[in-house]
Amino acid sequence: MKMKLSDLTNHAGEWLRGSGPMSEIVISSRIRLARNVTGFPFLTRCTRHQRQALEQKVRETILAADLSSQVLYVDLENAPDMDRQLLVERHLISKPHAGAEGARGVAIAENETLSVMVNEEDHLRIQCLRSGLQLEEAWEQINKVDDKLEAALDWSFHPRFGYLTACPTNVGTGIRVSVMLHLPALKLTGEIEKLFRAAKDMKLAVRGLYGEGTEATGDFYQISNQTTLGKSEDDIISDFKHAIVPKIIEWEQHARRTLRDDRTVQLDDKVGRALGILRSARLIASEETLLLLSHLRMGVHLNRVKDIDLRTINELFLLTQPAHLQRIQGRKLEGDVRRAVRADYIRQRLGVA
Amino acid sequence: MKCDNCNKNATVHLTEIKGGKKIEKHLCEQCAAQNEGLPVKSHMPINELLTNFVMQHSGLQKETGTGCDQCGITWAEFRQSGLLGCANDYQLFEKDLTPLLLRAHEGMTHHVGKVPTRRGGSGVPMKRQVDLTRLRKDLAKAVEAEDYERAAKLRDQIRQAETG
Repeated sequence: MKMKLSDLTNHAGEWLRGSGPMSEIVISSRIRLARNVTGFPFLTRCTRHQRQALEQKVRETILAADLSSQVLYVDLENAPDMDRQLLVERHLISKPHAGAEGARGVAIAENETLSVMVNEEDHLRIQCLRSGLQLEEAWEQINKVDDKLEAALDWSFHPRFGYLTACPTNVGTGIRVSVMLHLPALKLTGEIEKLFRAAKDMKLAVRGLYGEGTEATGDFYQISNQTTLGKSEDDIISDFKHAIVPKIIEWEQHARRTLRDDRTVQLDDKVGRALGILRSARLIASEETLLLLSHLRMGVHLNRVKDIDLRTINELFLLTQPAHLQRIQGRKLEGDVRRAVRADYIRQRLGVA
Repeated sequence: MKCDNCNKNATVHLTEIKGGKKIEKHLCEQCAAQNEGLPVKSHMPINELLTNFVMQHSGLQKETGTGCDQCGITWAEFRQSGLLGCANDYQLFEKDLTPLLLRAHEGMTHHVGKVPTRRGGSGVPMKRQVDLTRLRKDLAKAVEAEDYERAAKLRDQIRQAETG
């Protein structure tokens, strides 16, 4: 069965279902592998012709590799802007990949838990994205995909340096393990600094909702490893699973309990205001939406709001983003029209109080 | 403010401490360049300034860099973009890359972890090549530490891996 890009729009991907372990705090687990193919220079040194030949070779390999019963391949060079934006919002491609030029693409499979970017910074960027804390499952899945692709493609590999990547900061395993955390209580209680200090001590990067160079909007923080050389994939994942993530979860849970037990009025005020605005606004920007949904999400988890579930909120985080909103409406929306449509959509999904 | 030497506008302000005495100088660009040996180029873009600074302090000059014979990239070009041009560059720039890798990867310089199952260019399975690289490194360390018992063991392991 052939998949179309439009099939993706009307629901959130698996990773946003809010179904995985610890999903009230851990939104998603992501693992990506950087791989390059021998016989081609890295992308900044590829001629236009080499770039096209590489894209074709990798695309054909992916489609022949039997990665999944359904694989959607999007030719990003010729895709409309809106489609590329949509894929960024769904975390299936990176912002630089959307905005780049020349032959490039992305393969999407397994209910959007798997995507393979072709001709990004490296020849291939394979990623697995799963709901909640599921790093080992993501590793198992991506490891198999890597094996299948390696059966047909010769990876650039050096006995000392490992998998060779365009940027030496990715060399070795070429792995980036990230978890997306929702930490509204640490932010409200002013303890979020703890996270930054701990991350610095453990050589981890803290980023926003859309990765490199983005702000932590809506209290979402993406924590990822920076060391890729001299440490095995299993060790990196194990550190996340056993040391790093449980600690942060504990801090956030503690902060949420403190808010609920000792600062109940302040908490209810925040949550009530968020719900009030979301249910009453007639014009709303995406930034404000993220912030209010963040407070509402915490309120739902702490049982301060009883008639809304986490899944609805998770979906709203995605479906109120510009490209999704326009795709659902089936037309281009700008300025106040877009803000009005967003406000209508939110009111419809949250119901009127 | 006028330049201390001529009548032009002073744009370079220097404070020197000599023998505990503070001397302030106000110079125009030309006088600063001539008298103090300070090359001042106005309106130099910030990235160029930084690149020059890095070049001077890493002891590298743009002119001396020879390029990779496969992708053409020079070390200076890599330093500007942060991206290497091809797989060969890791070998070519190995010496210069090492301190960079040490900083980026918590002092590690050798790969540990997954290895492709397919044979590398030499015909020796990749897994064994990786083992050999590590064993040789350990051997060098053992010799340096004058731990000859361990060195002998490693030597035997290397021989076995080479022929095995």
